[in-house]
Amino acid sequence: MKKYQRELVVAAAEVLRADYTLLRLKAPAGPLPEMWPGQFVQVRADASPSTLLRRPISINFVDTAAGELWLLVHAVGSGTRALCALREGERVDVVLPLGTGFPLCSGGERVLLVGGGVGSAPLLYLGSRLAARGCDVTFLLGGRRAADVLQADCCKRYGRVCITTEDGSAGERGVVTDHSLWTEASFATVYTCGPRPMMRAVAARAAAMGARCYVSLENTMACGLGACLCCVQQTTEGHVCVCTDGPVFEADAEFSLRPLPSATDYSGTNL
Amino acid sequence: MNSNTNAGASLSPDLTTHVGSLTLRNPVLTASGTFGYGLEYADLVDLSRLGGIIVKGTTLEPRQGNPYPRMAETAGGMLNCVGLQNKGVDHFCRHIYPEVRQLPTAVLVGVSGSTIEAYAECARRIGELADVPAIELNISCPNVKHGGMAFGVTADGAAAVVRAVRKVYPKTLIVKLSPNVTSIADIARAVEAEGADAVSLINTLMGMAIDAERRRPVLSIGTGGLSGPAVKPVALRMVWQVYEAVRVPVVGLGGIMTATDAVEFLLAGATAIEVGTANFVNPRASQEIADGIEAYLSRHGFASVSEIVGAAHSAG
Repeated sequence: MKKYQRELVVAAAEVLRADYTLLRLKAPAGPLPEMWPGQFVQVRADASPSTLLRRPISINFVDTAAGELWLLVHAVGSGTRALCALREGERVDVVLPLGTGFPLCSGGERVLLVGGGVGSAPLLYLGSRLAARGCDVTFLLGGRRAADVLQADCCKRYGRVCITTEDGSAGERGVVTDHSLWTEASFATVYTCGPRPMMRAVAARAAAMGARCYVSLENTMACGLGACLCCVQQTTEGHVCVCTDGPVFEADAEFSLRPLPSATDYSGTNL
Repeated sequence: MNSNTNAGASLSPDLTTHVGSLTLRNPVLTASGTFGYGLEYADLVDLSRLGGIIVKGTTLEPRQGNPYPRMAETAGGMLNCVGLQNKGVDHFCRHIYPEVRQLPTAVLVGVSGSTIEAYAECARRIGELADVPAIELNISCPNVKHGGMAFGVTADGAAAVVRAVRKVYPKTLIVKLSPNVTSIADIARAVEAEGADAVSLINTLMGMAIDAERRRPVLSIGTGGLSGPAVKPVALRMVWQVYEAVRVPVVGLGGIMTATDAVEFLLAGATAIEVGTANFVNPRASQEIADGIEAYLSRHGFASVSEIVGAAHSAG
């Protein structure tokens, strides 16, 4: 997919929780480029004096009707704090869309989308596209406490939503792989994004039920374009760039990662 | 700036740049390892506006590079320990060269190695490619254990690699120097004496980052090379010194983020400049720097970029 470097305007900056801000961005003129679920963008954080590199942020949602790109930003360092401090009307320099996306399974399939903390960000857009294809979508969102579970209401528009929290303040107590749905239902495909130990455990559960499992990684990166080779991941094909050969990989029970077919051209697929 | 709107005004300044027998459209090159093979940036940059691209360092044999993590952001810069990951010269010649030779700009190839023989053989192979007019010999990579910087930190080691490559490589030979030395001018003189057509400097400065919470180095191999705006004053000083030490052209790099940065390097004595880390921050940086150099020359009434090369030396 063709990449663009664009200046986008903040249409709204919505504080979801103390450290989580939803940025809704619009193009100043014309439509946004086409984006695929699981892809990400590289955002400049010019307001942070100590941040040189762009921040890779996954695509949370694309509201085609409103012409909005949603980014869910967790303020963890100076760069992301500067992004969370953006206000309506301010401009931000974005390179997009980057990386491969999640392969979308065919309509009618039962699919499980498992997110941990801010790792749930790419699952909203993914769930919306899967639901539009007629998939039976279940979200499983996990966090340490209720405050870490994000956008459950938005997810409800596209499927069933299950929640786990480690302190039991929302949903079932425990971690995502403890949830009762693993014993009640079976899924053809499991998509997951979040902390690596969580994705590892999810991949093992998925394999045990015979489901395909797609994971989205967030290795630290510089260019986001496949040039610097900083974000490499060891895979079945050797070192590959997470930014261009990922961030989505297929994982087996042992979390051995397989890059998806490299020349996947999503533009011809029905969004 | 636009001569068409002002009858009688001088023509656009001449940006043509010569490095050895190599002629570039303008003095702006992209630094090896920061611009891939150019193809990665083709959607975002008008490559025809660049002087040239120095593609990712190639070695004789494929290299997997160092384990992840390979990058740490630091104040005003970044550390990397990529370790020359590449698929080897055979792969380059068969699969990448047919694509990059069609790019609308000069394509130079970075050549690295771990033995003198491997450097020479890799250079010889690249020399057979009709549309690669020059190589940049990297004797200064800080991230590989055997070779790389080991050659570049002594005058004898640097001379030995250049001597061997010069015998088998007849086209423009640029030698990339390490800043991790006591006297970079001595190394520059040594490679000039062996027939280098130009020197480029600086490669990254060796540094490290430590994760205080986890009480261990951030990078997989502990140390890495520092680049970005933090290194610019060091690079500028070294370009200044090497310009006074050698007669061959100097290619300047190290923390160039803007056209003004680039002009400073030209004034210090660089004939051409390379844009590296800036490509990560602003993919359009190289193109904008080329445009900005032209605007600077127009604003100050220079007819050609060559007029300002080393100009700061005679100012004092």
